[in-house]
Amino acid sequence: MSGADAPVQVPGTVLTMRRTGAYHTMTLVAPGVAERFRPGQFVALAVGGEQTGMLMRRCFSVREVTSDYGGTIEVVFAVRGKGTEWLAALRPRDILDVAGPLGRPFPLPRDPVTCVLIGEAHGSAPLFPLATVLRQRECPLHFVLGGADSDHVYGARGARRAGDSVSVATEDGSLGDRGHVTGLLPGVVEDVEAAVVYACGPLETLRAVTRTAAEYGIPAQVAVEEPMPCGTGVCMACVLPVVGDDGSTHMLRSCVDGPVFRGERVRWDDIGTIPFDALGAPRAVRLGERP
Amino acid sequence: MSVLETRLGQVGLPNPIMTAAGCGGAGRELGRFFDVAKLGAVVTPSIMSEARAGRPAPRLAETPSGVLNATGLQGPGIGTFLSRDLPWLNEQGARTIVSIAGNSVREYAEVAGRLADAPGVTAVEINTSCPNVEDRGLMFAAHPSAAAEVVRAVRAHTRRGVPVLAKLSADVTDVVGVAMACVDAGADGLSMINALHGMAIDTATLRPRLAGVTGGLSGPAIRPVAVRCVYQVHAALPEVPIIGMGGVRTGLDALELLLAGASAVAVGTVNFHDPSACVRILRELDGALRERGIGRLSDIVGLAHKPAGTLIRRIDPNVGVDEPIEQETLQ
Repeated sequence: MSGADAPVQVPGTVLTMRRTGAYHTMTLVAPGVAERFRPGQFVALAVGGEQTGMLMRRCFSVREVTSDYGGTIEVVFAVRGKGTEWLAALRPRDILDVAGPLGRPFPLPRDPVTCVLIGEAHGSAPLFPLATVLRQRECPLHFVLGGADSDHVYGARGARRAGDSVSVATEDGSLGDRGHVTGLLPGVVEDVEAAVVYACGPLETLRAVTRTAAEYGIPAQVAVEEPMPCGTGVCMACVLPVVGDDGSTHMLRSCVDGPVFRGERVRWDDIGTIPFDALGAPRAVRLGERP
Repeated sequence: MSVLETRLGQVGLPNPIMTAAGCGGAGRELGRFFDVAKLGAVVTPSIMSEARAGRPAPRLAETPSGVLNATGLQGPGIGTFLSRDLPWLNEQGARTIVSIAGNSVREYAEVAGRLADAPGVTAVEINTSCPNVEDRGLMFAAHPSAAAEVVRAVRAHTRRGVPVLAKLSADVTDVVGVAMACVDAGADGLSMINALHGMAIDTATLRPRLAGVTGGLSGPAIRPVAVRCVYQVHAALPEVPIIGMGGVRTGLDALELLLAGASAVAVGTVNFHDPSACVRILRELDGALRERGIGRLSDIVGLAHKPAGTLIRRIDPNVGVDEPIEQETLQ
C-alpha cells in the first residue's frame, strides 16, 4: 500500500485566505502533502463540512509548497459554484479534508534546456513550483501568461521574479498585448529557441499550444483542468481520449494518468466523445449479426 | 473488539465492510490510502468479456447528497482483469468479489466461465442492471425470469463453494419477486441496491447534464430506498445472505442496513468523497456495536424485524468503548 510517493489524506487547516485579482488564494497547513509534492500534481479538497451534501471533491493544482508548520500548500481558485463558494468563505483556522498530492507530475528535462511556460487565467498556478525546480536545473525560463482582462491574469509579478522573460496577453488589451495568450506563443518559442513547452489552462488553449509546439518540432507537456469528482481514480468521470504507447486510443483518467499529458498524445478534436477506434468503443452491429 | 465476522453462504469474511462495484476501482486506487486486505472484501467494477470504453463525458453530475452517473461500465475486459488486476489483489491478501456484466446471457456465462479457473475469487456478483440486447435493451433485473436466467447461467459456470450473488435494482415494481426468482435459480446471496435511474438538466445550458442523458443515482440520497429493499427481501427470504448498499456514509448507516437484514455492507459513492471511507466506516461500526453492547455481528442481522425489547437491553453511549460487554440473552 502506501509508499513514499503515495498520497496522504489529512485534515488541512486554513492558514491564510486572500484575494489575488479575480481569484482566491488559500494556504493550508496539510502535513505530509508538501514533502511528497512534485510540480504538476494536485490536491482534492472535500467541500461543505462533515455533513455536506456535496459528494464530489474539488481538485486544484498546487501553487506553492513550503515546509512551514509541518508543510503548507497554496491553491488558487475562482468561485464557479456552490463548492468553491464554500471554499471562498473559509477563514484562517477552519479545517477541511485534504487528499494529495495526486496525479502525475510534469516530466523534467535532463539537461538545462530553454523552457517556455504558458498558462491561461489561474491555470498558470502549477507553473510556479515547476519554475522553481527548472531553475534549480539551470533551465532558462520564459513565461507566457494571459486571461480575459488584467484581473484574470494570474501571477504576472511572480513570473517576473522567476522567469527570464514574461509575455502577457489579455482579450481586452488591459494588460500586455490584446488577443489570446496562445497568439504570443510562436513568437516566444522562436525568439528564445525553446526546447520544450509546459502549459496549463482550458482545453482550447492546450490544443493550440500543442499545435504550435508541433509546428516547431518541440514537445508540449500540458496539464489539463478537467473536473475530477474524486481525484483518486475511482469515479471514472475525468476521462480523455489519449493515444497510448501501444498506438491505440485509451479513455484515460485525468486524475491518475494525468493531469499532465504529452500534448500530441491527446486527441483534442475527439474530447467529449468516445472515438470509434478507441479501445472498447461501441461497435456497430449489423442486422442479423449476433452481438 | 467485537466480533465482526460474517458469512456469505459458504464463505466467511473477517468483517462486513466492502467496496461497492464500480465505486472503489480495482483495489489499487484505494490501496494507496489503506490496506485493502483490511476490508471484508473488495468488490471489483463490473467486468465484461471485452474492453469497454464507456460513455462520453460529462459522465457525472452532483445532486443533493448524491451523484448521478452515466459511466457506461468502462473497463479493461476479463482478459486484462485476470492478468493485471486480480493478481495484484491476491498479492495484497484481499478477498475479491468479482462483479460481472454482459449484454446477453451468453456473455455473462462466458465471463463466469473464465473466472472459474482463476485463483482468488471469493465470490461472483452478477450486475443484473445491464440492458439485454436480446430483449429490446430491457435490463435483466427488471424481470424475474430474465434475472433468473442469468443467475442460472452464471451458477452453472461457477465452481461449487464460490457463492454467486445477484445484484438487484430497486427500479422494479416488486423487488421481492425478483429476489425470489434469483434465489430459486441458484443465487447464494443478493446484493442490493444498484443505483436508481435518474436525470438532471442544467438550467444554464438548458440541456441534460450527462452526455448519456439519464444515469444512475447513488449516494446518501438513496439510502432509505436501500434500507426498504433490504428489509422487504430479508422478511421474505430470511435465510438468504444480503449485501446491503446504497448511500452508506458512516458506521451507523452500515448498522442500519445490518438491522434491516444485511449480512454485509458495501460502501459506494462515499468513496469518491472520502478515499478512506471503508476503513473509517469499519472502525465506526465496531465502535457502534460496542456502545450497544453487541458482542456478535450475526446477532443483529435483521434485528429490526423482531419486536422491540428483543436482545438489546438499553443503549448507553457512555458505556462500552472501554470494555466489551458479554452478550446477554433476551430480557
